[in-house]
Amino acid sequence: MKATIHISLKNGVLDPQGKAVRTALGSLGFDGVGDVRLGKVIELDLAETNRDQARETVERMCKSLLANTVIENYRIDLD
Amino acid sequence: MHSRIQRRIPAVKAAIIVFPGSNCDRDVAVAVESAMGTKPYMVWHRETDLPAVDLVVVPGGFSYGDYLRCGAMAAQSPVMRAVKAQAARGTRVLGICNGFQILTEAGLLPGALLRNRDLKFICRDVHLRVDNNDSDFCRRYMCGEVVRFPVAHAEGNYFADDETIRRIEGEGQVAFRYCRRDGAVDEASNPNGSLGNIAGIYDEHFRVLGLMPHPERLADPVLGGTDGKAMFESLVEALS
Repeated sequence: MKATIHISLKNGVLDPQGKAVRTALGSLGFDGVGDVRLGKVIELDLAETNRDQARETVERMCKSLLANTVIENYRIDLD
Repeated sequence: MHSRIQRRIPAVKAAIIVFPGSNCDRDVAVAVESAMGTKPYMVWHRETDLPAVDLVVVPGGFSYGDYLRCGAMAAQSPVMRAVKAQAARGTRVLGICNGFQILTEAGLLPGALLRNRDLKFICRDVHLRVDNNDSDFCRRYMCGEVVRFPVAHAEGNYFADDETIRRIEGEGQVAFRYCRRDGAVDEASNPNGSLGNIAGIYDEHFRVLGLMPHPERLADPVLGGTDGKAMFESLVEALS
C-alpha cells in the first residue's frame, strides 16, 4: 500500500520561502498571486495491506517524526 | 614535609552528546573542561545509557545532515531517550544551536526554530541581552547585561504559538534576546526573525536551556572574547 503524506505549515507560522517564491513569481510577471505557502510531500511504500492499520501506523509516524505538530499540519492519503 | 589542606569540591561531571554531523562537540568540550577542570564524557548517539552526570550538553552542528527538519532525527535517537530520562530527574541540559533545535524537537523545550526570515545562513557575532539570569546557567551574568556571542545558523527563527509565548514570557523563561550593543531590543537587532527577539529559553523548571548563539565560541581570550565563559563558570558554581 502507498501512503502519501502532505505536510503544510500551520496558519500563522511565517513561511520565508513562500514569501521569496511569491516575490520571484511577481518578478516573472505573474501578477495576482496572494500568499504562497510551501510544504512537503512524503511518499511511503508500506507492506501493510489493511487500510485502517496502515492509517493508524502512518498517523503515529507523523506524530513522532514526520511532522512537527508545533508548526505543521499533515494529511494522509492511502492508495 | 608540610601538609596541605585541600578544599574538597566535588568535580562537576558533564556529558556531551555526539551525533553524526555534530561539529561543535569538541569546542564545547574545551570550554567545559577549562571551566570544570575535568574532561567531559563524549557520548555517541547510539548509546542507550548516559553516565551519571550533573550536566548534559547537546552541541551545535548538522546532526543527521539536518534531513527532514533540523534536529528531528536526533531528537528520536537512542541517546536522547536517555537524556530525556536524566532531564526528568533534574540533570541540567544545555542545547546550543542545533542542540537547541534538537531539544525543541524532543519536547524538552517549547516552540520551534524556523528558517531565518531572510533565508540566509547567518555567521557573525550578535549582541544579546540577558533577560533572566536566575538559573544555574546564567548566575554569573547580570540581568540586563549585554554580551557578545557568535551565531551560525540558517534555522534560528524562534516560533511558538501565542499562548506558549505568553506563558514563557510570563514565567520569565526567556534567557537571552537579540539586541543592539546598548541593549535595546528592536527589529534591526533581530538577525533571524525570532518572535520577541528570543535567542534562548529555559524550560519551566529552569533546568534546561536552549540557545542559538554559541557561548563556547567566545569562551577563551585566544578566540577573541570571553563573554561565553561565564555560562560554564555559572554551571560549575551551581553544580559543585
